[in-house]
Amino acid sequence: MTITDPKISSNGQSDLSKSADLPEDADQWTAKIRHVAVEALPPQRLLPDRQPAYVASWIYVFGVTTVAALGVVIATGLVLSIMGPNWWHVSSTGLFVNSLHMWSVEVFFFAMVIHLWGKFFMAAWRGRRRATWITGVISFLVSVGAAFTGYLSQQNFDSQWISTQAKDGINSTGAGAIFNVTNFGQMIMWHIVLLPLVVVALVGIHVLMVRLRGVVPPFAAKGETPGADMAGADSDGATSRAEVLA
Amino acid sequence: MQSIALVVGTLFGSLINLNHPGNYIHWGFIQMSYSNLLVIILMVIVFFAAILIPFKTHKNKGADR
Repeated sequence: MTITDPKISSNGQSDLSKSADLPEDADQWTAKIRHVAVEALPPQRLLPDRQPAYVASWIYVFGVTTVAALGVVIATGLVLSIMGPNWWHVSSTGLFVNSLHMWSVEVFFFAMVIHLWGKFFMAAWRGRRRATWITGVISFLVSVGAAFTGYLSQQNFDSQWISTQAKDGINSTGAGAIFNVTNFGQMIMWHIVLLPLVVVALVGIHVLMVRLRGVVPPFAAKGETPGADMAGADSDGATSRAEVLA
Repeated sequence: MQSIALVVGTLFGSLINLNHPGNYIHWGFIQMSYSNLLVIILMVIVFFAAILIPFKTHKNKGADR
């Protein structure tokens, strides 16, 4: 790594930003990663101001609804983990936050299933979008696991009943020895640490893939030239500056 | 405040009585609670509504659009 003396320019700001693209630094791993990342996802594509005309439909709002619900799930989950079971079972505020956590999960799955149906029927894996589709499918499956371990982490008769029913199913797969659904300590760690980390990472990759490849265009109508409906989408389907919001 | 909560709770509580074991439907090997069936029906309704209801756009707002 080159150590640069941070010079102060005439406007009083550090000149470090200017040293970022010096030719002698091009071989550094930081420069290489930065170049690849900025080339793949320039700021205009990462956070675009406009979307293609075909995005003007309610069916396209369920992806972001799912992400918004996930935000509420995580925020309420953080509060529950700080306060603990006595609070969420006894205090009226705790019961409210507990309910908020449960209902945001309901909204999360409700929106995600409609998002999934919409993307399935428009074959959203077209135009080099297989990775986007696959990350969505895997995050759906991991979310189901996160929800099930949430049922086991309630600390009430409901979770006790569910765990004793689930153990037979898990044992029949042979996984019971390492994944014990009656072990509260293990289940809550899966629920509040491991699975949320995986879900958030997958959702992050999924959203970046959407930004990288663009929103999938609809199928051409009967008699229409294939691709004529892809206004604003370049060869790999990614949206460009010329895209329009009708 | 408590009386308001009691009135609101009674009002909404009387709409759907949940103070009993769940009701289930049995279609051959398929067994499902009515509440889960209701959620699935709602998802189907919202899905078709999202396709059919027009989306308000910013058409003709700017010359470059």
